[in-house]
Amino acid sequence: MSIHTPGRVAYTNARLLDPASGLDAKGALLTDGEIIIDVGPGLFAGGVPAGIETIDCGGACLAPGLVDMRVQLREPGEEHKETLLSAGHAAVAGGVTSMVCLPNTDPVIDDVATMEFVARRARKNGLTKVYPYGAVTKGLEGKELAEIGMLAEAGALAFTDGTVSIKNAQTMRRALAYAATFGLLIVQHAEEPTMAAGGVMNEGEMATRLGLSGISPAAEAIMLERDMRLVEITGGRYHAAHVATAEGVEIIRKAKAKGLAVTCDTAPPYFALNELAVGEYRTFAKLSPPLRSEDDRRAVVEGIKDGTIDIIASDHAPQDQDSKRLPFAQAAAGGVGLETLLAISLELYHNGHLPLLKLIERLTFAPAKLLGLKAGRLKAGAAADLVLFDPDKPWKVNPQAFHSKSKNTPFDARPVQGKVLRTIVDGRTVFVHD
Amino acid sequence: MTDTLYPHRHLLGIQGLGQQEITALLDLSDSYVDKNRSTDRKMSTLRGKTVINLFFENSTRTRTSFELAGKRLGADVINMSVQASSVAKGETLIDTAMTLNAMHVDVLVVRHADSGAAQLLSQKVNCSVINAGDGQHEHPTQALLDALTIRRRKGHLDGLTVAICGDVRHSRVARSNIHLLNVMGANVRLVAPRTLLPSQIDRMGVEVFHDMRKGLKDCDIVMMLRVQNERMAGNFIPSIREYFHFFGLDYEKLSVAKPDALIMHPGPMNRGVEIDSDLADDVERSVIREQVEMGVAVRMACLDILTRNQAEAK
Repeated sequence: MSIHTPGRVAYTNARLLDPASGLDAKGALLTDGEIIIDVGPGLFAGGVPAGIETIDCGGACLAPGLVDMRVQLREPGEEHKETLLSAGHAAVAGGVTSMVCLPNTDPVIDDVATMEFVARRARKNGLTKVYPYGAVTKGLEGKELAEIGMLAEAGALAFTDGTVSIKNAQTMRRALAYAATFGLLIVQHAEEPTMAAGGVMNEGEMATRLGLSGISPAAEAIMLERDMRLVEITGGRYHAAHVATAEGVEIIRKAKAKGLAVTCDTAPPYFALNELAVGEYRTFAKLSPPLRSEDDRRAVVEGIKDGTIDIIASDHAPQDQDSKRLPFAQAAAGGVGLETLLAISLELYHNGHLPLLKLIERLTFAPAKLLGLKAGRLKAGAAADLVLFDPDKPWKVNPQAFHSKSKNTPFDARPVQGKVLRTIVDGRTVFVHD
Repeated sequence: MTDTLYPHRHLLGIQGLGQQEITALLDLSDSYVDKNRSTDRKMSTLRGKTVINLFFENSTRTRTSFELAGKRLGADVINMSVQASSVAKGETLIDTAMTLNAMHVDVLVVRHADSGAAQLLSQKVNCSVINAGDGQHEHPTQALLDALTIRRRKGHLDGLTVAICGDVRHSRVARSNIHLLNVMGANVRLVAPRTLLPSQIDRMGVEVFHDMRKGLKDCDIVMMLRVQNERMAGNFIPSIREYFHFFGLDYEKLSVAKPDALIMHPGPMNRGVEIDSDLADDVERSVIREQVEMGVAVRMACLDILTRNQAEAK
């Protein structure tokens, strides 16, 4: 497939949102090839010169394309659930222009060759840019360190064992210390594995009534507490993925106050849903970590508001029908999220929890900055990765209309507000809402 | 005609059923007890109907009870044990159900190790589904037969104090009984070590005790639960010996209950683990064998009502 990059394109009549500079104003933006060359409220005040292709934004919001720092791709290994191509189409439909994928593919992304395979395949599609995490330990087995330094040289943005916790304290200590040698970031799925073993949903009255084994919220807290001590003694950089409990948020809050190099993200299900979504054994609401109580959900919202939670990521985890049409305990965990990331996140804005610009920051500039990506800003010289969206347009989540191969969303039929109208990657329009 | 008092196609659990529905099932069961005791036990109520006992978990008692119930009513009963066979070949629960469904079955009686399995099946088939035990969730016919046993002995359920003792955490029998007894107006107590109680069980309308002498005080019914030796010792409890010492039922611990308190057990019993052997056989106190008898009657009533409702729906 040949990828054609247009020349100069003017985006006029837009509400410009650039969290990095605090810009929220009517204006225009000009791209040339793959980069932004000018942006501002006064741009094209006297009209667009002849010879420049013009796109009238019709007053909609023009923001940096979303940077999704937690996506599970299923290629290589489980292409029946998702491919780089289907994930790419889902991502651009969701306004995501950069995504960072977990190494839990088959084979695991724990060597340079696999990483380059993924990067090359994704580049060929010309859709959302794909960046890989490297594995912290070989085969994600939690035993021997993977070649962290060389994987970083080959393009790994950060390191994680994906959906499994690094459970051995000494291994985690060494991973943090070794990664810190190169200034690299470790991303942890914080869940004490022996506490979570056999558990399939939040521990509490609901699990007891359903006869399902619960996972105590303490599983998250115990792992985070341990890790905070390890960060303290190693001076490592640490990021907690999908924080979902009140105690978890509080532990990160305290660590930040102490000055530790700690950040965290959460995903839409954890601020938009609680354990009641499990209902009568709805396996689409089986996630890892599990959906928690209403008190936990509120604490996650508070964490996003006060900045304890730096980033919102989709936690996209495609699962096919066969993995979900099972008794709850046997069903695979996870939900697709690329195509609902923006709309569900916008609920925080519509409900008055966060100004629009702040919300967009959590979805763009914050993850880009943490991972060292030259993305997430509207600035001359930056990549022309953009999303045009109407924050108010109402629609209803319909998994059958998803571009993703898998349809396992916990938000099925939810009425939402906020629609992606156009997505631009490297100056090229890769998605237009019809 | 559709039973107006129990107007459902399935029996998946006790949760959600009201007094009227439970009473309807118990009343009909009562009539089958007498019938079973007569010499003329063979009926044609379910002639031409097919009942499949689909058991994904080992069970002799419950399966035999359902089999007998179906046969007494004149149904064709087929037993399917799906332990290793199809599941090992990769056939899922739903595949199995769809296959059976295509054979025009009238009632599927399902036992499965996973909570929610019976409900999942019921969404995929046209026939009636009876939950014969799903994971740690529910075992509705056990709760009904327990209730029938109590009602026949005590004349009523409301106002009675029932102590359910033992491994509540892993027990579907306990959950179904808690729902049923609460709806029918009994006072439910649970007696167990903290490791054998699931989280926030107190929100299910029960009073929780950790001492048999306090939990059994003045109660009318003592329901013992089975302890599953294999996975218990060294894990949830230190040893069988220690468990029996503190939570096993013997004459001494029973002495604080009402003098006419009845002892129940869903079976199979672990003698010397959760219950003293002599006590289990004491005909004055133990109604354990009566429970088994009630089981057949209750299952006949369930098959009868569900197939009647089906005929109406068609």
